Amino acid sequence: MLARVATFAIDGVDPRQVWVEVDIRPGLPAFTIVGLGDAAVRESRDRIRSAILNSGFEFPQSRITANLAPAFLRKVGPGFDAALALGVLAASGQVSAQALHSYAVFGELSLSGELRDSPGALAVAEGAHVAGLPKLIVPRERAREAALVEGLAVAGVRTLREAAEVLAGSPVPELPPAKEPAHSRSTRPDLADVRGHATPLLALQIAAAGGHNLLLEGPPGTGKTMLARRLPSILPAMTRAEAIEVTRIHSVTGMHAGGLIPERPFRAPHHTISPAGMVGGGSPPRAGEATLANHGVLFLDELSEFQRPTLEALRQPLEDGCVTIVRGQAALVFPTRFMLVAATNPCPCGFAGVEDRCSCGEADLRRHRRRLSGPLLDRMDLLVNVGRPAERELRAGPVIDSPRAQERVAEARGLQRARLVGAVATCNGEMDAREVRRYVRLDDRAEAALARAYAVGALSARGRHRVLRVARTIADLNGGARVAQEHVLTALSLRQRGQTDAALAA
Amino acid sequence: MTSTERACDDCLARPWLLARLASHLDPVRGRVEELLALGGEELIEAVGGEHRDRVRRELDRFDPRDARAQLKAAGLHAVCRCDGSYPDRLQALARPPAVLHVGGDVQRFLELVDDDPVAIVGARRASNYGAEVARALGRGLGAAGVTVVSGMALGVDAASHAGALAAGAATVAVLPAGAERPYPAAKRALHRQIQAAGAAISELPPGTDVRRWMFPARNRLIAALTAMTVVVEASEKSGSLVTARVAGGLGRPIGAVPGRVTSPLAAGPNRLLASGAHVVRGPQDVLDQLFGAGVRTATPVDRPRLEPGLRDLLGAIADGTDTTAALQRAGLNPGEGLAALAELELGGYVRREQGGRFSVLP
Repeated sequence: MLARVATFAIDGVDPRQVWVEVDIRPGLPAFTIVGLGDAAVRESRDRIRSAILNSGFEFPQSRITANLAPAFLRKVGPGFDAALALGVLAASGQVSAQALHSYAVFGELSLSGELRDSPGALAVAEGAHVAGLPKLIVPRERAREAALVEGLAVAGVRTLREAAEVLAGSPVPELPPAKEPAHSRSTRPDLADVRGHATPLLALQIAAAGGHNLLLEGPPGTGKTMLARRLPSILPAMTRAEAIEVTRIHSVTGMHAGGLIPERPFRAPHHTISPAGMVGGGSPPRAGEATLANHGVLFLDELSEFQRPTLEALRQPLEDGCVTIVRGQAALVFPTRFMLVAATNPCPCGFAGVEDRCSCGEADLRRHRRRLSGPLLDRMDLLVNVGRPAERELRAGPVIDSPRAQERVAEARGLQRARLVGAVATCNGEMDAREVRRYVRLDDRAEAALARAYAVGALSARGRHRVLRVARTIADLNGGARVAQEHVLTALSLRQRGQTDAALAA
Repeated sequence: MTSTERACDDCLARPWLLARLASHLDPVRGRVEELLALGGEELIEAVGGEHRDRVRRELDRFDPRDARAQLKAAGLHAVCRCDGSYPDRLQALARPPAVLHVGGDVQRFLELVDDDPVAIVGARRASNYGAEVARALGRGLGAAGVTVVSGMALGVDAASHAGALAAGAATVAVLPAGAERPYPAAKRALHRQIQAAGAAISELPPGTDVRRWMFPARNRLIAALTAMTVVVEASEKSGSLVTARVAGGLGRPIGAVPGRVTSPLAAGPNRLLASGAHVVRGPQDVLDQLFGAGVRTATPVDRPRLEPGLRDLLGAIADGTDTTAALQRAGLNPGEGLAALAELELGGYVRREQGGRFSVLP
């Protein structure tokens, strides 16, 4: 007898529908699985056999052939166990093959017949919904996450026996209680912890409001990392679609189980990271830090210490908002829409510009500058210097706290969203040349200030562009419909030191 | 007569000999100027060591046609001391260079150094302040029609050339080794601009590699070529002090830019000032020294007028407080402060430095 069960393979971070077909014929007892499965899929025969027997079912003493279709797609991991086991049970008439038709099944089995926690349930649930399957069986740990997909009946089961009972018509078990979020509002880093740093704090708000990439430069120990870590606390809240995408990615990589991830991700990989670790790769290809930071912040501390290839690898992700990884016959696309925040010392010893304290040689300085003057720096809209706060400032109260800053940021984002209706960009930082021309309107004095900056050689054509985008955000933060002179000047002050400045430095 | 032929056969043998003995001159302790004052035979005797005879034989076989071919290949021109328009000032040296190798227009070079050129020299690892002062001196003197001569080294030298070029003036770089190759290599673009507007010269033939002794040797030429030498920043052991010493020995006026007494980079100029050098606060001081007080005036830099708020901020930055403190003193919030700093920067009053500090431009 033949049975068919729907399940999903996870290709990168996206679901691909897979049909599990199980055929049982008279003959010498044998169990073969075909359909381009990896080692974990081949080993699943033994797990399924024990799980079926230990759940009190009978394992058919006949010739069993299971096929994972389509056959061209490489299937990876133990997530097909439950679908295969239910296929065997349906083909041998122990569960209703008819009832199984409206279900997608996903999960790994243990020998005792338990459904083990399997990463990627949200991706599977989205796949099931798109494929028009009304119901889904997943391990209980993953039920809450899968239930985020609206219009899908999710059964979170503990064992194979429970899954069979659900198919037989027993009531679906209740969702497990929601987990406490990792850190609540009161414990997460807040801008109120910062003393002094009025200018960097302003830059942080501009970056958050416009989705601009930000470079923090300053001597060691002045608080660059501390500032960057507080950026997520003022970023605008994610939309539900964004949050689901983030949750899916983090679920697939096995870094998250439970409900919706409400906060934008903040990823801070160590500088020893490889290019594959940064943008994704390996076999099978896994998502890299750039994808884990999707819709959030990718923070590169000690930017000049990263290997050059790792930084170069970030070019496409920054430019396109996604990265294409080609391995063997498969090309995978990972989303990478993140905000890049980097911190660096101004020179190897860190004290350039601090009266006479820099002890770097000329060659060290040149090497440091070369490291930094890559294509990556070209994508930095804002450069802010983080100096040592004065003693007086350390004793004073905070400049601003996160809830207040987030409110300002959210308002500015609201203005942008209203303005950018119909555009590809969703915030000022994403505007391309044509969108800048279309959406950034300057008043006369602002126009004059920009023209002057261009004339004295302080700006390149590209730099002028960046200044316009940032000026637009500053105007949004101040509620201005038009970009005024002071907005342009502030943006100029936060600009990246370009090649023109380097040339002036002789 | 083409300009490459302004060097006679006898004179061309001298640069060849210097290049041939280049590796012998490095280990010599003491002053290289004294060695370079020796005649050919004495020089071979002094530094030739066991290679003396071989060098003598090679010198006998020296063919000036080879030297001319090399000059041509390198795109350089030569002028020797037998030529009537050889720079007069160089004759003050005990033994002036037999041949000057010139990258750029020879005639223009000779006219430039026939006027009253000024040497601006100083530390390679100059502070931002030093580089700005050098640039401003170069710009001011260039605008007043005075040719700036320097060594194209990193720091003060390059900044003074750049300043002169920025004023649209010609400038002369005296290079340690071959005039056709930029030294340091990082100053390739500057080397090109200098040759286009003025000249890059050397006493050594094209293709010579740089050696340590060539720097003090080059410095003596800078001093001898110019009517006045100005040291901007220099540590106690700086080669710029060689330039100043030679200039002093030739009886040319020396100027120095005063610096903070605690800064090692100010030690050189401050010592020169203590021993009687002229105080140089800007181009005007140099012009006054060269042509008499008030005879020629430097044109002030054209800058927009400042509002009172910006003037306060500029004052605070000039006092040396760091930028955050300066903004606070001027009573500006971060947003206004950033805008005000950009305004000052665009107006050419301040410059953004590494580390986010701002310094006031001279």
